[in-house]
Amino acid sequence: MIRQAAIVLSRVRRDWILLLIALPPILYYVIFHYIPMYGILIAFKDFRPIEGILGSPWAGFKYFEQFFNSIYFWRLIRNTLLLSLYSLLWGFSMPILFAVLLSELRNPWFKKTVQTASYLPHFISIAVVAGMIVTFTSPVDGLINQLLGLLGIAPINFLAEAGWFRTIFVSSNIWQSFGWESIIYIAAIAGINPHLYEAAEMDGARRWQKIRHITLPGIAPTIVILLILNIGNLMSVGFEKVLLLYNPATYETADIIGTFVYRRGIQNAEFSYGAAISLFNNVINIALLLIANYTSRKTSETSLW
Amino acid sequence: MPYHRKGLGERVSDGVIVLTMWLALAVTLYPFLYIISMSISDPVNVVNKSVWLLPKGLSGEAYVRVFANPDLWQSYGNTVFYTVAGTALNVALTIMAAYPLSIRNFIIRKPMMIFIVLTMFFTGGLVPMFILVQELGIYNTRWAILLPTAISAFNVIIARTFFQGIPEGLHESAKLDGANDAVILVRIVLPLCKPILAVLTLFYAVSHWNSFMPALLYLSDSSLQPLSLYLIKVLIQNDTNMLEGMMEQSARSLYAVQIKYAIIVVAVLPIVVIYPFLQKYFVKGVLIGSLKE
Repeated sequence: MIRQAAIVLSRVRRDWILLLIALPPILYYVIFHYIPMYGILIAFKDFRPIEGILGSPWAGFKYFEQFFNSIYFWRLIRNTLLLSLYSLLWGFSMPILFAVLLSELRNPWFKKTVQTASYLPHFISIAVVAGMIVTFTSPVDGLINQLLGLLGIAPINFLAEAGWFRTIFVSSNIWQSFGWESIIYIAAIAGINPHLYEAAEMDGARRWQKIRHITLPGIAPTIVILLILNIGNLMSVGFEKVLLLYNPATYETADIIGTFVYRRGIQNAEFSYGAAISLFNNVINIALLLIANYTSRKTSETSLW
Repeated sequence: MPYHRKGLGERVSDGVIVLTMWLALAVTLYPFLYIISMSISDPVNVVNKSVWLLPKGLSGEAYVRVFANPDLWQSYGNTVFYTVAGTALNVALTIMAAYPLSIRNFIIRKPMMIFIVLTMFFTGGLVPMFILVQELGIYNTRWAILLPTAISAFNVIIARTFFQGIPEGLHESAKLDGANDAVILVRIVLPLCKPILAVLTLFYAVSHWNSFMPALLYLSDSSLQPLSLYLIKVLIQNDTNMLEGMMEQSARSLYAVQIKYAIIVVAVLPIVVIYPFLQKYFVKGVLIGSLKE
């Protein structure tokens, strides 16, 4: 015991400057991450700001039950899952397709230009992208409706129709992220041994055969890792953009858990209710991540841990 | 492949691929080009919808009106402040977290790593964070923008990975010369780490420039709000009060649309201008970050 304590003490003495350097970041994490985690406690309490977290009376699972019995429960789950699922389906496959096609280009200058341009939308803020969407889809003078007008189609008020919400959300997501998210795949393709391609050409392999038997297997581990991470985020689809684009007319398809928490938890100051919904959401996310990771480890031997 | 004659199928697929890539390029760039053209065309052509690709007639009037608006300058100034101050704080704290984590026998290396990585998967969520900001007394102050996002765990991992690439022999010999860990960090490690400092600065600066959620949550005072909230009010909530200072009643129908495009350009321009010069650093950052632990 004493010897162990002495060892620890000597190591502390050795590392004390490092500990001092690490102290501010640790404090940051305690205050801005772990205290809010502790604050989740209010999900089980009738939180009143004056009485504080500890002083507020216990409510048990009242707020969870309120959420599960809410008429919005299934609509929120459905909207959150569908919006994520569509985003995942398109948002995940496009970067792979783009990276594979890009690597087939022969003209290095053109390749570089396309690649550089494709990253640009990633750096445009959500506020601007949402502003662009609102401006472009305007039924009066929006670009999209003007283009439709050329085809003889009457103006559509895209953002006021629930049926259009997911299409707008997902397609603008693709515009923003297909280039940026292809970076990792492009790097993985560049890392494939060129001798494999040469050997395949000697054997008379066509382009499609090379893609199928060399390129895709080469980037498969990368695809699996990113897929696991994406599945872990399935229930946390970026609610900021939804918040800027939805309105009561489109709640039917657009209202998701994140926006509901914002409206009820923050704007209506139903703190305990909002915290309970967030907690429920977070638990599902972690469960999905664990399931995806476990499945992948069993089937493909690629996993996060 | 000089002695390998390409078959017809191969040439057709070449053409399809090149065409698809041209399409990707067009889809990416057209919205930008259209917005710029709309913002500098003659307003008459904007109103009668005859601008499609390139500007028609030239007019800087929309920009004159945008820049004449004090609200815009104020929010622009706020965004610059949050970006500069926030990024400085971010980079300093990220290095302070990443450097100890990169030292192999640091006494709390493993628990500290777990402590930080856990926050990537589990968060308190919107409401507890909101309550915390109010309890700390920083609601509706500039600190509410700077502090809650002071470190990104992802960037700590990037920086740590980079620091680990520095040969340990350098640490050892500096130690023998009597340098302590702080001196080693400032004198030896950081000068070798300029690329990662650039990456961190860029990542954080862009995220500050583009951020709006913390401001929406924690800043009700419009004199503290960043450009992104101003954009939201003008472009999305269609708040005409914001435009009042920019034009007299008679000019409203002529300029109302064009001014929106000019505001988008003003908000996006800094990023679009510096982006081509800096994009290789961004790419480097992503690739360092994606290395498996």
